[in-house]
Formats: sequence, structure tokens, C-alpha cells
Amino acid sequence: MPCERISSRLTEEKVMPETLIAANGIEVVYRARRRAGRGEIGGVKVLHGVDIYIDRHETIGIVGESGSGKSTLGRALLRLTEVTAGSITFEGRNITHLPDSQIVPLRRRMQMIFQDPMSSLNPRRSIRQILTEPLLFHRVATDKADANRRVRRFFERVALPLSCLDRAPHELSGGQRQRVGIARAALLEPDFVLADEIVSGLDVSTQAQTLNLLKALSREMGLAMAFISHDLSVIRSVCDRVYVMRHGVIAEHGRCDHVFAQPKDPYTQLLIDAIPLPRIDPGWLTRGTDGGNQ
Amino acid sequence: MTNPILRISDLNAISDLDGRPILRGVSLDVAPGQTLGLVGESGAGKSTIAKALLGILPRTVRIASGRVVFDGRDLRELPERELNRIFGDQIALIPQDPLTSLNPGRRIERQLTDGLRLRRKLPWRQARIRALQLLEEVRVREPERVMRSFPHELSGGTRQRVLIAAAFALEPKLIIADEPTTALDVTVQKQVLRLMRDLQTHHRTAIVFVTHDLGVVAQICDRVTLLFEGRVVESGTTAEMLETPKHPYTKALIAAGPRYDRPDAGLQPVGDEIINALRADIVASDGRESHA
Repeated sequence: MPCERISSRLTEEKVMPETLIAANGIEVVYRARRRAGRGEIGGVKVLHGVDIYIDRHETIGIVGESGSGKSTLGRALLRLTEVTAGSITFEGRNITHLPDSQIVPLRRRMQMIFQDPMSSLNPRRSIRQILTEPLLFHRVATDKADANRRVRRFFERVALPLSCLDRAPHELSGGQRQRVGIARAALLEPDFVLADEIVSGLDVSTQAQTLNLLKALSREMGLAMAFISHDLSVIRSVCDRVYVMRHGVIAEHGRCDHVFAQPKDPYTQLLIDAIPLPRIDPGWLTRGTDGGNQ
Repeated sequence: MTNPILRISDLNAISDLDGRPILRGVSLDVAPGQTLGLVGESGAGKSTIAKALLGILPRTVRIASGRVVFDGRDLRELPERELNRIFGDQIALIPQDPLTSLNPGRRIERQLTDGLRLRRKLPWRQARIRALQLLEEVRVREPERVMRSFPHELSGGTRQRVLIAAAFALEPKLIIADEPTTALDVTVQKQVLRLMRDLQTHHRTAIVFVTHDLGVVAQICDRVTLLFEGRVVESGTTAEMLETPKHPYTKALIAAGPRYDRPDAGLQPVGDEIINALRADIVASDGRESHA
């Protein structure tokens, strides 16, 4: 719906925002195992033609239940998963089938923060190594000293004690590890950050700290962000726009204030109704579910 | 309140590794048919209480003092033989992770009938009939197929229903639900919560519901006990705790969660001054304990 997209943008800002990443009609099929003598058997299509765009400086949410394809969509945008149809553009340039040699320079500009920092941080490296190595690899820092300087400066920004620098990931708390994950992505001064379920394992207070930090960083650094989450409340509090996914298609998308106030798709309504709020609401449990049946 | 089925008074537990207190004078009650929410952030001691009630405390945790009175008897004074008739029988568990809590190598039929055959001495055929009834009670579609299935062949929601069926199988008086819906999608979570409430009403089971989600607490718990580092910060009815919380920590936790209905409200981290005040309190009372 290009008309709707342009009009909603015009009401928001006078300057036309620039699209950073866009995907058109992308499909992803996960192939089944090859078995000897039987060739390739079937495959599972997990994205059925998805259109999505992310403007510069904008935070979008991708929400859906398990198996809806939200993580696959995120990975496809970063070219971490190959698409079987459709196209992906970055700053207007088609990157759908860019060879690896040309993708590497783009990797710095498209960063990812993972759900579980315990398994996404190398357990045998110190936090210092984890943070300085990408800076040197991508030549953001000129030498080791420069890399160290940048890391130390950034540590203050993300409120991590310097004593963490020479520790291993397992010696940090969950919230600290997640801030290391954020620092690793943000230190490379990317244009786009994909955050996949990054607060689902954290306590509420740590969750609030982490989300506030990301909101502030994206503002300061002018980042575009995509937030993947199953939690509509998280999406509502950090995102400008939201895409609701179900069974590999976009059920609904639009500005958060619109979608949450007046969802057009019944599935969005169902998701909203299923969020328990911390307030007394005696009818909630029996409302809206199909009698509790599967 | 009617006579509580469970009354914990002044329970203290310490780590055998470093002598660090894990539970600090915890007291709580649960009446039959009632759900008590055990709430707190990581390290609050909610799992330790749950494990103590199931007799599965790790060796490194030692109960130092206090009483755990279940159905009129202090569990700490009962011989092991008696305890074996209570844990997993009169007190059952609904675990958090439905995949790792089921044996991957045994069919659901086996796992559901174990308790009925071994504890209730039902013959195979009757145990099987009862297991099928249980699966119908938890509203599993195609119970016959589920009986023949291995855990990996079922969806997360169905697995959690199977575990709920297993928990209710022996008609326990108390169920410990340890974050039973944390791993589930929100729509499935709502169905599972509704199911637990229906079964509880039907069987008049008392439930201790361990969770960190105040939204879930609001919908399913009658009373709430909020813990911080092994100490009860505040307890009361769910309405009191959520609508007129007294302790600053309770208020702060409520304000920390994101709210889709009030996007400008939530996301306020618990202030350091609140945490420091709580810790100072704990240090002061730990000091009094050791001098007493």
C-alpha cells in the first residue's frame, strides 16, 4: 500500500524519511535433509512473500508467536539466511544475491544483538577481546590502542564497570552480558541494528534498563532498529511502527499508536487480548479464548 | 482464612558452600483452593522455596530453622518414608520447561500412568483409562494419539497440558507451578492459565505459583508474596499488592514492566536507592540474627 505509506510519513515529518532497508516479496524455504538415494525431500516455506521497509532513524517492531517466521525475516534482512524469492535492498542497492566478498563491508553497517548473550559471546574470550576484535577486523579502529580507547569510552556510556573488561562472559550478570552484546553492535557505528528477543530472559527492572539504553543509543547515534519480540508491550514501548506476523506472512502493519488502538486484523486483536496486565480484571481469563480449548 | 493447607513460618536457609543466607525468615500461608503468587527477581529465593516444598533442594542448600507445616504436619520432622508419600504425591509440580521435564525416550502413556500404577497401585488397564480421562480434562485434542506420542512429537502447549494432567493425576492437595507459562506464546499462556484455574476450582487444589510476571499474577493469584534476596518484602491480596502497594520496591516493580496500554508509563528501572535500602535492611537484620 504505497499511498498509505507515503501519507502516514507526510503526517509524521515534513522531510521525507529515507528508506534504509526494504524487502519485497521475500520468501524463505528451509530445505529438508538430503537423504542418500532419495534426493531432496520437500522443504518448509517459512516466509510467504513478505514486504517490509525500515527508514533511517526509525525503530520498527516485528511481533508474532513461535513459528511465525519473525526471526527468519530478521535474518533474511541481514542476509544471514538466503531468500528463495523476492529482493532486499540496502540504501536502494539490491543486495539480495550479493556475493560474500561484497557483503562483508556491509556487515559492519548491519549489526545484530542476540537473544541469549551467554551463547552469543565466546565463553573463552575476555570481554575486551570480544569487543575490540570486531573493531580491528572492520577497521573502525586504527590499532589496538585505538580499539581499547573506544571500548573504554563506550563502557561508560552503557554503564558497565571497567572491571568487567578482563572478565569472561560467564562472570557477568545477565543484564551486563546483554549490555556487552549491545556494545559490540553499537561500537561498530552501524546504520541498522537487529535486536532479536533481547530482553525475554531478563528481570523486569533489567529489561527496562536495557530497553531504555537502546532507545537512547538509537537516538544519539541515529540508528535504524528492528525489534523482534513476542511481547507486544515491549514493542509498544520502544517502536514507531509494528509488523504483526503470522504463519510467514504480515497480518498487519502500521504505526504502533494506530495498530494498538484499532487493530484491523483479528489476529492482532487476539494477541493484544492475550497480554495479561498487572491490574485486577476479573473477566480477563474467560474472555476471548475459545473456551480454553486447543 | 480457612485452615491453611501449607504454612511456612520463619524459614531460614543457607548455602553450605559459603554460609550465605538464601532464605531469611520467610513466612507464608496457602489455603485449599487458593493460589499464592511467589514473586521476585532472580536470586529472590522463589525457586528455593518451591524446591524445599518438593523435597528437591540441592545438597548445597541447608534449611537452618523454621517450620514447613503441610496438612497439619511439619515436613522437617517427618521421616523420609513419610516424606516420600508426600512429595510428588500430595505435593506435585508443574515445571517451567515442558520439553526437558518429560522423558524424551518414553511415550506419554508411560509417563502419565507411572504415578497411577506405582503410587496408586492401579492395574495397567485402569491406569490407562484414567490417563485418557486426564488428557480430556486438560482439553488435549486426540488424547489417544497423544498417549502414543513421544514428547518431541507434541507442540509446546500440548506438552504443558500433559504436564498439568500429570500434576493433577494423583489429586494432590498442593501444586507448585514453577513459571509454568513462561516458555509459551501469549495466546497459549492464556489458555493454560484458564485451564489451571478451572482444574483448581474443580479439585480445590492449593497452588503456589512461582512467577516474575505481575501481569500473570493479576489474572490468576488470590494472594501474593514478594521476595527480595530471600526475604519477604510485602505480602497481601493481589488487589492490595497491585492497587495499593505499600513498599517502595513493590511500587517500583510494578512501574518497571512495559505496558502496551500505557506506553509512556512502564520501563522505569527499580532505583538504586530502593535496592540499597533493601540491602541495608537485610544487613541489619542478618546482624541481629547472628547476635541473637
